[in-house]
Parts: sequence; C-alpha cells; structure tokens
Amino acid sequence: MPEKIHSLYIWIVLAPLFGAIIAGLFGKKIGRSGAHWVTILGVAVSCIMSLIVFKYMVLDGGKPFNGTVYTWLVSDGIRFEVGFMVDKLTAMMMAVVTFVSLMVHIYTIGYMHEDPGYQRFFSYISLFTFSMLMLVMSNNFMQLFFGWEAVGVVSYLLIGFWYNRDTAIYANLKAFLVNRVGDFGFLLGIGAVLMYFGSLDYATVFAKTGEVSGKTMEIIPGNQWSVMTVICILLFIGAMGKSAQVPLHVWLPDSMEGPTPISALIHAATMVTAGIFMVARMSPLFELSETALSFVLVIGSITALFMGLLGLVQNDIKRVVAYSTLSQLGYMTVALGVSAYAAGIFHLMTHAFFKALLFLGAGSVIIAMHHEQDMRKMGGLRKYMPITWITSLIGSLALIGTPGFAGFFSKDSIIMAVGESVIPGSGFAYFAVLLGVFITALYSFRMYFLVFHGKERMDEHTRSHLHETPWVVTVPLIMLAVPSVIIGFIFVGDMALGNFFAGAITVLPEHDVLAKVAAKTHGAVGMLLHVPASAPFWLAAAGVGTAWFFYMKRPDIPAMIQQKLSFVHKVLDNKYYADRFNEIVFAGGSRLLGRFLWQRGDVKLIDGLVINGTAKSVALFSGFVRHVQSGYLYHYAFAMIIGLLLLLGLFVLPLKN
Amino acid sequence: MFADLPLLSLVIWLPIVGGIVVLATAKESAPMQTRIISLLFAVLTFIISIPLYSDFQIGTAAMQFVEHTPGRPWIAAFNIYYHLGVDGISMPLILLTTFITVIVVIAGWEVIKYRQSQYMAAFLIMEGLMNGVFAALDAALFYVFWEAMLIPMFIIIGIWGGPNRVYATIKFFLYTFFGSVFMLIALLYLYFKTGSFEILEFHKYKFGLDAQILVFIAFLLAFAVKVPMWPVHTWLPDAHVEAPTGGSVILAAIMLKLGAYGFLRFSLPITPDASQHLDWLMITLSLIAVVYIGFVALVQQDMKKLIAYSSISHMGFVTLGFFIAWNIHKSTGSYAGAAMGIEGGIVQMVSHGFISGALFLCVGVMYDRLHSRMINDYGGVVNSMPVFAAFMVLFGMANSGLPGTSGFVGEFMVILAAFKANFWFAFLAATTLILGAAYTLWMVKRVVFGKIVHEKVAQLQDINNREFLFLAVLATMVLLFGIWPAPLLEVMDASVANLVTHMTQTKL
Repeated sequence: MPEKIHSLYIWIVLAPLFGAIIAGLFGKKIGRSGAHWVTILGVAVSCIMSLIVFKYMVLDGGKPFNGTVYTWLVSDGIRFEVGFMVDKLTAMMMAVVTFVSLMVHIYTIGYMHEDPGYQRFFSYISLFTFSMLMLVMSNNFMQLFFGWEAVGVVSYLLIGFWYNRDTAIYANLKAFLVNRVGDFGFLLGIGAVLMYFGSLDYATVFAKTGEVSGKTMEIIPGNQWSVMTVICILLFIGAMGKSAQVPLHVWLPDSMEGPTPISALIHAATMVTAGIFMVARMSPLFELSETALSFVLVIGSITALFMGLLGLVQNDIKRVVAYSTLSQLGYMTVALGVSAYAAGIFHLMTHAFFKALLFLGAGSVIIAMHHEQDMRKMGGLRKYMPITWITSLIGSLALIGTPGFAGFFSKDSIIMAVGESVIPGSGFAYFAVLLGVFITALYSFRMYFLVFHGKERMDEHTRSHLHETPWVVTVPLIMLAVPSVIIGFIFVGDMALGNFFAGAITVLPEHDVLAKVAAKTHGAVGMLLHVPASAPFWLAAAGVGTAWFFYMKRPDIPAMIQQKLSFVHKVLDNKYYADRFNEIVFAGGSRLLGRFLWQRGDVKLIDGLVINGTAKSVALFSGFVRHVQSGYLYHYAFAMIIGLLLLLGLFVLPLKN
Repeated sequence: MFADLPLLSLVIWLPIVGGIVVLATAKESAPMQTRIISLLFAVLTFIISIPLYSDFQIGTAAMQFVEHTPGRPWIAAFNIYYHLGVDGISMPLILLTTFITVIVVIAGWEVIKYRQSQYMAAFLIMEGLMNGVFAALDAALFYVFWEAMLIPMFIIIGIWGGPNRVYATIKFFLYTFFGSVFMLIALLYLYFKTGSFEILEFHKYKFGLDAQILVFIAFLLAFAVKVPMWPVHTWLPDAHVEAPTGGSVILAAIMLKLGAYGFLRFSLPITPDASQHLDWLMITLSLIAVVYIGFVALVQQDMKKLIAYSSISHMGFVTLGFFIAWNIHKSTGSYAGAAMGIEGGIVQMVSHGFISGALFLCVGVMYDRLHSRMINDYGGVVNSMPVFAAFMVLFGMANSGLPGTSGFVGEFMVILAAFKANFWFAFLAATTLILGAAYTLWMVKRVVFGKIVHEKVAQLQDINNREFLFLAVLATMVLLFGIWPAPLLEVMDASVANLVTHMTQTKL
C-alpha cells in the first residue's frame, strides 16, 4: 500500500496541469464544454487522490514521504531537485486546495458562462491548481519558490482576465510588483539558507538547525545579527507579499478586479495562505529566532486589526470580503508569531472553506444583480435567492466565530494562544485580535443585512429579474457550507490542540502555548462549554447587535457617525493613504530616478560629454590642424625655421648650466 | 559517426560558403530561391552542430573536437596556427549561434524587401565568423574572427537599418573597434612573451601583477564594450533601435555573449591575479548595470530601446557571476560557490539569447504591421492578436526571471552565489526581481493589454504560420531550459571547475 500511494503524488500534480494545457492550447478545438470537462476532470482526479492521501496520512497513520522526482540541475556540487514532501501538513493543504479548486471549477461554469474567455479561464484556474500543489508539496526551497512565483503569475493573469478594463490591468501589474517586493526578500532568504546550510533541501536544512542557530552574520558592519533571525525575517518578507500583510497588503483589495471565482480560490482560500503555510513549514527555523517571531506577531496583529477596520467603510460587496480576508490572514500570522502554528494552519483550513463560501455567495449575488457590486443598491435578497442567503449566513456565522461553527474553533484557539504567549508584542496582539472579533462581526453583518435584509434598493428592472442562480452555482455553495459548519468541531481537538502536525511542525517546549490552551479547554466540547465565559463570544455578539441596530433598526446612525467622524472616515476611505504613498514615492520616484539616470547619465554625461565630446574634440582639433596646412610655401618655411630654432634651443640651453 | 568530420571547421566555413553561394546565385526576381538556399545552409549548419553536443564528453575540461596542424602553421612567421576546439563553455554558445541563425533566416523571410540575398548572406557569413570566435584556440585566429565579425553587422545595420542608421553604425563600429585595438596590444604582448599565440599557452604563462593589470585592462576595454558594461554601453540602444529585427536578434543573442566569453577565455585564466585585484571594479560595474540600467529601462518609450537596456541589465548578472569568486573566499574561507556564480553567468548568457531574441522578434512582428516601435502607438494588441499576445506575455515573464522559464535559472544561481560573497551584492542584484518585472510588464501592459487605442491596432492581423513557428520554437527552448536546465549545466561543469582552479591559483 505505501508504495502505491507514493506513486499518486506525481499524478495529483500533473492532472490539473494536463487539463490546463489542453484547455489552453486547444480551447478552440474542444469548445466550451470540452474545456470545462477536461479541466474539471483533471482537478477531480487530483482532488480524489488528495483525499485518499489525506485518509492514508491521517486515518491510516501513514508515514511521511520525502522523495525526488528529477534533478533540476547540479552546480558546484549542490543538487537542486524537484521532489515531494508529503506529511500531514501537506496532505491537509492538498485536500483543501484541490477541494476548493474543484468547487470553484464547477461554480465557474455558471459564473462565466457568457464570457468569451471561457476556455482561457478554465485553463488558468487549472494551471493555478497545479502551481499551488507544486508549492505545498515541495520538499525544497527552489521548488517552493517556483510554486510561489507560479501562483503569482496565474494570479496576475486572472486579475487581468478582463484585459480591456483599465482598472484590471492596473491591478494585476500592481499585484505582481508588490508580490515581487516580497519575493525579493524571499529570494535573499533562500540565498542565506543555501549559504549557511549548504543545501536547499528541507530535510537537510531542518537537520542542521542546531549547527546554524548560534551563528551570527554582519550585514551592516559592526552589527552582529543572528543568522536565524535574518533568514526568518527575509523569508517572512516573502510571506508578507503573498499573504498580504501590512505594508505589502495593498495589492489584495485591488485584486478583486478579477472574476469572483478566482477571488474565492486564489485571493481568499489558497494562494494568499501560501505565506502562512510557508512559515508553518519553516517552523524549525522560526522557532529558533524569537526576534523573528515577534516581528511576525506585530505585523500580523497590525494587519488583523487595521485591515478589519477598512472593511467597515466599503460599499463594494467583494471588497468587504477582501478586507475581511486581509484581517483573517492577520489572525493566522498572529498565530504563527506566538508559535501556535497548528492553530494558524487550522484557521487557514476553516477560513478556506468559509471564505470561499462567502466569496462564491457574493458572486452568486453579483450574478443575480447583473454584475452590480454596490451593496447600497441591494437589500432584501433573501426572498429571491434562498440558497445563497442561507449559505452566506452560514459563511458569515462561521467567519465571526459563532460557537459551534468552524471559525469559532480556529479563531478562539488563536485568541487563547495569544493570551498564553509571553513573547514581546503579545500584549498588543491580544488586544488587536480581541478588538478584531468585534470589528469582524460588525462588518460581516453590516454586509449581510445590507444585502439580504432591509429595503430592496435595486432598480425595478433588476428586481424583476432576480432569481436564484443555477445549480452549478448553488451546489458548490452547499458543498462549502457543510465544512464551514462541521469541520472545526471535528478537527479542533487534533489539529489545533492535539499533536496532529507532530513531525511536520516543530514547536519548542517553552513556546508551546497551544499545549497550555489544550490543558485548559479539553477539546471541542470543552471549548463550547467555555463559551459563556469567553470574551470573544460577547464581542462577536456585540458586533452583530451593533450591525443590526445600525443597518436594520436605525440606518440614519451610520451616516451621522460618518459625518461626525469625517476625518476618521476619510482616512479609512482612503485606506490609510497607503496606495497614494506608494504611487507617489515608489512608482513616481522610480520613474523620476529612471528619467534622471537616463537623461543626465546616459544622454548628457556619457554620450554627450564623453562619446560625442570625443568626436567633437577630434573634429575641433582637426579643424585647427587644417588651418596650419594652409598650402602656402612661406608658412611652411616659417614653421620649419621656428622648429629649427626650438630644437637648437633645446640642445643649447641645457649646456649652459 | 560524426567524430571523423571536422565539425568545427564545418560550422565555421559551411555558412560562409553558403553566404557566397547565396550571393552568387541571387536573382532579384526570384527571392524565394535565395530564401530557400539560405535556410538550407542555416539548417544544415545547425544539424552539423548537434553532434558537438551529443558527442561531447562530459566530465573533462579538455578541449574537444580539436583541429590542429602541429608543425604546419597558418602564418609561420608569427607562429600562428589554425587551431580549433571547444570545451563546455564555448560549445553551448556555438549551438546557440547556429540555432539563432536559423530563427533569424526564417524571421527575415518576407520582411526584407530589398537586397535580400545580401541580407541573408551577411547573416550566414556572420554566423561562421561568430562560430570561429567561439572555436578559435589561437589568439590571432580569434582576433581575425573577432574583427571580421564586425563587418557583416556593420553592413546589416548600415543598409537595412532605420533612419538614423549611419550614426548608430559608426558609433557601434568605433566603440567596438576602439576596445578591440587594446585587446590586440595585449595579445601581441602575450605573443612576445610566450612566443606563441596559443590561448592555452597564455593560460599557463606566469607574469607579474603590474603587467597582469595592464593586460587585464586592455582585455577589459575590448570585452566591456561588447558585453556591454556600464559606462561603455551607450552604443547598444542606438544600434538596436536602428538595426533591422534580425540584426537586433543576433546582436542581443550572440554578439553580447562574445564579450562575456572573452572574460572566461582570456581575462580570468590569463590574468587571475589582476582579476582578483580589480574584482571590486567589475562587481561595481556589474551592479551598476543591474540597478542603474534597470531604472533607465523603466522610462523608455521605444520598445527596442527598452529591451536593449534590459539586455544590459541582464548582462550585469553575467559579469557579476564571473567575478565574485574572491569575495566568496573572503567571506566564507572557501571557493565553494564560485563555480555556481560562473555557471549561473553562462546559463544567463544562453537564456538571454533566447529571451531577448524572442522579444526583439516580437517587436519586429509588431513593427512589420504598424511601422512603429513606440509604446504609445500601441495598446490593446491582445484584442486583435491574441496568439501573439500570449507569446509576448510568456517572453515578458521570462524576461522578468520567472521560475519555470530559462530567465530564472541564471539569475537564481548568480544571486545565490552572490549572497555567499556579500549580502549587499545579492541585495542589489535581486532588485532585478522588482525592476525587471516593472519595466517588462509595464511595457506589456501598455502594449498588449487594455482597450484598443486606435483603428490601426484593431486591424492588426494575428501572427502567421511563419511567425508562429519561430516564436513557438523559442518559447519551447525558454520553457525547456527553465524546467530542466540540468543538461546545460552538465556539459559546462568540468570546464568551469577547471576555470575556477585556474582563476584561484596565483601566477605571481
């Protein structure tokens, strides 16, 4: 059995790739239905096999696998290989990625059915699935970086899928470049790993952590920094780009320019969590640098709190969910920062389900509203689209951490873990994640009430066409709603609080906050019994209550607050001016510098002064020499006499001394 | 089966003979005949060059496919021999040359409207001469090929070039000629000292630091202009802008590599101590090329100029990789990593040949239709040319160093090696991740994506079969070497290891 199962891995990866290639290159020949069949088949195969692997790893207690597929290159005695490492962490990621991807594939049939780029879209999302699997299944840093950048490219292609929209092609370039800033740090981190560990292979690197942990390096002369801290912070900069942590978060809200299915798949459920996954995978390194962990923690808490606040003022339904994603990614990062990697990964999993659900629900609303995304023009939709309504409600309840739902277990584990932590920054983090709970509930239910309840604010034409979306849309919603409810209860005891990830994730005993949490809560049932005494529960309830009061009972209040606090509103509405800052300082500054170097350096100095200057001085000199060659005999004779006198003088003068 | 044939002589002389045949048989009334003959010779030369790879002995640094006539000199008075041979460094570059020439012949198929036979002949002759540069083991022979190669390129830009071609040609010629003269002096110096023009003898010749530095600088002037390194790079954008598409492709794909090859064959092994002594200069210039030129590329309005600047920036990686060995030793106490830097540089050379060649061809495809190279004249090309747009995005991504394409491999290796030498080298080099993506993809955004800007763009015809062919072939190479670069590394490993030994042994 074990040998057989290991031969599956390659097919799990290749099945979606084949689908993508066929749909991409032969899209015209196989037609629209051909394209969706072949890609769905590929992803379905991959999903089923992933679930088999998950079962094998989790239920049958399978041994982790680590093996090479082929040698990418050998240079200087160092082998760069492409290979797979499959343990429980990988198996869980594979299952989540392929399952959500499969749901999104099916959903796309309904969402994109009128789009001329139908085949191209299927090709891209299958290509994405391939890239993401390469990322999570990698057993080395090189391949990790390949997957990392490959998902970035597919994200680029999909954000700019509607390439005639100026906002879309602006957003995709921005997304790619901001991610590249993160990758810049990531690549340097890989450079540091190779230098100090002599290998890019995970297993080799993790085995050598003891040797390297004491070493220091000098980046700025006179300052000795721990190698481990440098490596971890550099790697984390990569995670900040991909997982959209402040200040590299700016690309994610704009990525909503892409079609909704990819917002669900890439920009909520899977790709943006790559950074979280990576840090968890690198836990043997991060554990050895408390400085890096603190850095992670602070960045995460800032993201969790301040991005959530932005969700309060958005009117675009997708953007609310996008800021919610940013905030939840902050929660996961906070979990990593307090060494509660398992809780972070657990939240990653539950979030993948309920956030994909929320996005696809939003997409379903958008279809019904004829691609209107402004919530101010919605309202009362629950009557027209009951399945979308119920599933979206489930998604929202899961997101805010309603007891019993998936998000409750994962988020409360994180909050409790932060409460137990003592590393620098954990005080601020605890405050941020608690306040975040209230904010999450507030913006989630603001959206929920604005969309599904209250007055019907759409125009008559839209209202008369409102109806539930077709089954290809609603079935994925239902399929995602189920895990959004139950998956937390099933796995919290093992994954977040137990030793599910033992072997895949390393936690030093002195950092093991989850063990303390586990000792206090006694599993899923214990957590539920603990609810009445837990702050997050009351904060979430208060958030929902406030949302109900503001947007159902007294809709005039939000407008009043907005007026009273116009300054705050302006800052939030402008997203803390981060975009403006980047545009002026980085984008504008680079262009200015480029123009300066080009016009002053290349054109004026090198070409103008040196090159053409040389040519000119040659011309000038020859012009002068030409005058000497006048052709008159007496000029020449005169010159000869002067020359003779000079030579004689030179000969005679020294003799005198 | 091929071992008995003088393969290197064939890859040099066959295209030259081909060029003469094309000229002799040309009739302006029958352009198709000219094209077919040219293609025949180009393809034949490429086929003949394949055994250079397939029969190549891996694991030895010795010269292979050697053609030498001991005791029967070419020019007896100066002890000059017709001596050819390749190692793992030069062999891939010969294959690159024969491969790209085929592409260029196909690319010039219907595009060149006048003096087509001369155009084709110039490329074929130039192919032979460039192969001669890579294969020559006699310095005088090398120099002859090196200088002769300028003539066809001079003609190509001067006759089929753009409106400002005369300025560009003269700038190109004087710049490179200026550099080469100093190389000649260095070669003569070495000849008078060793009594031979054998390059491999030069490698063994021991001499003092001051003399080494002078020789190094003389070589540097020749090679830096060719690469080109900052600040002697300004001929390249002008030459590219004026050159016809095929000329740009050869210029970017092969000619720039000759300078880099010169460092490997001459500077590093002949003057190792001077190289070590002046490595700070080389590293500084390389990093300036990467960063400074990256910014300059960002603001270019002319696509060809942009790609030309991008080439200079990418070649900065090549020279950076070549000269970090001693800093690695200073920082880690061993030379482990030096070979990775050099191999990364060579991979970058080959990969850049494909990618920049492809990008110039892409610009050519658009230029043939709209007769403009300005970014502002385009926009929304994807609407009328979707297949072309897919290629353009792929090559744009490759130019941005995307993993999975060949553009990543060399940069990755050089950055990894540079990190060992000094954190800041790697830091500055890695800025290309951002800058390279910024200038390339910003251009792609403005040209390919967006709404159709005007009627002319709407009427663009998508690429025809011929254009599809050469873009698809290049795309295959870019992806193949990105996914599986091992074969390329395999052949160069022993030669580079040998080079590192030479470099790191003092001659003082």
